[in-house]
Amino acid sequence: MKTAGQLALDAASVRGVPYADARVVAIRNRSLTTKSGRVGHASESESLGIGVRVIADGAWGFAASADLGRAAVEAAATRAVEIARASARVKREDVRLAPEPAAVAEWTTPYKVDPFTTSVDQNIGLLLKVDAEMRAVAGVTLAETGMNFQREESWFLSSEGSDIHQTKYSTGAGYTAYAFAGSEIQKRSYPNSFGGQWQNRGYELIEEMKLVENARRVAEEAVALHHAEQCPEGTATVILDGSQLGLQIHESIGHPIELDRVLGMEANFAGTSFLTLEKLGKLRYGSELVNVVADARQKHGPGLGTFAYDDEGVAAQLTPIITDGRFTGYLSSRETAHTIGAARSGGTLRAEGWNRLPMIRMTNVSILPGETPLSLEQLIASTDAGIYMETNKSWSIDDKRYNFQFGCEIAWEIKHGKRVRMLKNPSYSGITTEFWNSMDAICSRDEWTLWGTPNCGKGQPQQVVGTGHGASPARFRNIRVGSAYS
Amino acid sequence: MLTKEKAADIFDRIRRFSSADEVEAIFTGSRFALTRFANNTIHQNVEDENSIVSIRTNFAGRTARSTANQFDDESLRRAVAASENLARVQAPDPDLLPMPTAEEANFGDPFAGEGARATRFFDQTASITPADRAEVVKSVVSIATKHKLMTAGIYSTSESCEGVFNSRGLANWHRQTLAEISITMLGDDSSGWQKLNSPDVSNLDAARLAETAAKKAIESVHPREIAPGKYTVILEPAAVLDIVGFMFGDYSGVAILDQRSFLNDRIGTQLFGENINVCDDAAHPLQAGSPFDGEGMRRRRVQLVENGVVKRVVYARATAQKMKNSEYAAKVGPIEATGHAFPLPNEIGEMPLNIVFGVPEKSQSVEGTRTIEQMIASTERGVLVTRLWYIREVDPYEKIVTGMTRDGTFLVENGKVQCGLRNFRFNQSLISMLSNVEAVSVPARACGEESFDMVVPAMKVREFNFTEATKF
Repeated sequence: MKTAGQLALDAASVRGVPYADARVVAIRNRSLTTKSGRVGHASESESLGIGVRVIADGAWGFAASADLGRAAVEAAATRAVEIARASARVKREDVRLAPEPAAVAEWTTPYKVDPFTTSVDQNIGLLLKVDAEMRAVAGVTLAETGMNFQREESWFLSSEGSDIHQTKYSTGAGYTAYAFAGSEIQKRSYPNSFGGQWQNRGYELIEEMKLVENARRVAEEAVALHHAEQCPEGTATVILDGSQLGLQIHESIGHPIELDRVLGMEANFAGTSFLTLEKLGKLRYGSELVNVVADARQKHGPGLGTFAYDDEGVAAQLTPIITDGRFTGYLSSRETAHTIGAARSGGTLRAEGWNRLPMIRMTNVSILPGETPLSLEQLIASTDAGIYMETNKSWSIDDKRYNFQFGCEIAWEIKHGKRVRMLKNPSYSGITTEFWNSMDAICSRDEWTLWGTPNCGKGQPQQVVGTGHGASPARFRNIRVGSAYS
Repeated sequence: MLTKEKAADIFDRIRRFSSADEVEAIFTGSRFALTRFANNTIHQNVEDENSIVSIRTNFAGRTARSTANQFDDESLRRAVAASENLARVQAPDPDLLPMPTAEEANFGDPFAGEGARATRFFDQTASITPADRAEVVKSVVSIATKHKLMTAGIYSTSESCEGVFNSRGLANWHRQTLAEISITMLGDDSSGWQKLNSPDVSNLDAARLAETAAKKAIESVHPREIAPGKYTVILEPAAVLDIVGFMFGDYSGVAILDQRSFLNDRIGTQLFGENINVCDDAAHPLQAGSPFDGEGMRRRRVQLVENGVVKRVVYARATAQKMKNSEYAAKVGPIEATGHAFPLPNEIGEMPLNIVFGVPEKSQSVEGTRTIEQMIASTERGVLVTRLWYIREVDPYEKIVTGMTRDGTFLVENGKVQCGLRNFRFNQSLISMLSNVEAVSVPARACGEESFDMVVPAMKVREFNFTEATKF
């Protein structure tokens, strides 16, 4: 594989380019689902190829090929140079890369059990057991489960001397119980919606999730929602569970801090950002309890945004994003670092695969837990009146990341420190900075989970990558609720 | 690029390597190039070529799939083995049918598999070079500069192929090209947007799209904020496409059987206004894409909605068989395989992906078509919407969706566009929306970002539910 990468660099070098890098990537994936007692789908896939990125005449070009033979690789490199020279016809200034020392490294996701060594029989057996538990509950009309493994091996070589070999594993699983009755469809998911929980780990994640143990409760809640009161419309104190807060971070902090968005590079599709450059270091993003980091290092945890080096060879880093409520950092790349006066990239450039251009992506963008011990039950007990919401059902935010609306699967009304009744169809909405400034409590480390979002889309052509979001339950005051059904 | 002959050779080897009762191979290949610009500069410019074979094996009702992008014997043997290993450990699926023969898939039409009746491959699209794309982008940038705006967008071109082969003799093949231009023009506090695609690049007029986007950015400068509430809206075709696209996954036999469709208990009822007619028609001249589905079955024209009444849904072969024996059989209209299946095995069955809205039949209660200008002229107070964004489903049975307006939202008063507006969040039931359509335009091919491409009209809709406003 390294040979193909070196061939590409040599072919680009012959054409006189000042910079080139090549990524050979081999991805293997297993995807299994069940639906109401049967296998939904069982599939495996492999994809192998090389992507070559060059700067020529001060502009970028990128070409990729699935053929790793000499002729095809050299042709891809030549094409990348041709494309870069075409790019240079419409440029305002030359691309500038922040300096980065060449890295020679080997790294593999720490794992206990290679998920691909587990038998498909065992995987499907577990999912069908969960499925049976859900369908044992009267009123469940549809039960769906899923399990996914991915192994991504990459070889990165650059004309500056980097030579990095990484192997990343990710694992995910989850399930949903649906109940259709009258004129309503209700659902409950575990451990999270839209694919469950995902991390950069081996099969041990599946074993720790207690999938079977929670299936009946989750199914019972889906049925019970039909008898619950509608979430009221108005203003309320809201407590969000960690998984929902993770998505709230993703949408209202993670995306607006992407420096390519801020600089207008995503204006046609994903949008821009309200976090214009003059706000760095000045904006009061949230209350003093809000501390958010972007941390790709293994020591942050096995998130979907954990790696040793990003896809342009920059080492994983921690960037303080919000410090005691103040906005302190963006996600950056070698190309964009100079726009914020940074001497070095923040190390966030990632690509979906060998045939996609790396771009700024969230790593693990996490809110730090509260320092004072506080459990979810203690947080609820300290709340006189409010609504506790769990598990995302819908999410939407404008293209500058100001106005958002989230729906959750289930909620409970809190009165005098106790959950007094279940509420269905809960939703809340607001403006990003007003929302984060209203946070007045966050649970401590014991309640903190590094959630995985496997389906983050960005770019043209769109690339889907996984991101990590550590969060523990937190409380927000004076939040608009219920407007989704207004 | 893969050819049908190369694919046939690969399939022959796959068959030799497999011991399954039946084998199917779906081929997809593309050479895709995209030039991306922002801040009046080309900042990303990419091209890739890739071909994939996806192999499905079947052992007496046990089936699974494996996909690879390398076609040497070792890679194909590994992919076949992966598919077989996944299949063998499963319990037989009593609903799984034998793979379709060529005759069954093509409904007896020997030429159907060649895609010859709807040529969607244009040499002038396939031969576009990076330099050609750069020149077009340069012309878009010059229009932005002329208007003192910044522009961002894409110009992409591709050629692609798709084939379904199986061990019962099916060998359907399709190739096509596609060119796409999307342009955002940005002012200091306003923006405008246009997007269009076509298999034939000569149908795209980048300068016209750029001028229209620029006009929207200029006319929406210093946007006003007005209170959210229920407004008459005029949705341009791209906005219609993006919002109505959220209901078509429910026009599926499997969705009905799973009781997750908003059409459960509603087929045959007057669900929408009498001026709503919708069919799925892969052969429509403004449509693009393959003439066959994930099993290789030819896509048939299906009238989904007639004068506001939902008439039927689409079916994969196995779904049709299952539906005929279900408790819903008498309540869902005609039941037959329609050529809308996703590749097997899957959980969601099928979906119409070539939506074409019809022109309403003019009657005492139904108006004929209106242009957008006529819709504006007939509006006392309302909102003109260019584009919708980040749409998500809030309620699956009432089909309430939420989202934002974007890149050109205008106040219409006294029959004229008055000024730009700050963007709104909406929470809108699609059932209500399609019951409140006061006027439609002649349907056009449109593309957005939230849903698949369709042939849709602009719509004037009363009581569209804006629930909040944002800050720009």
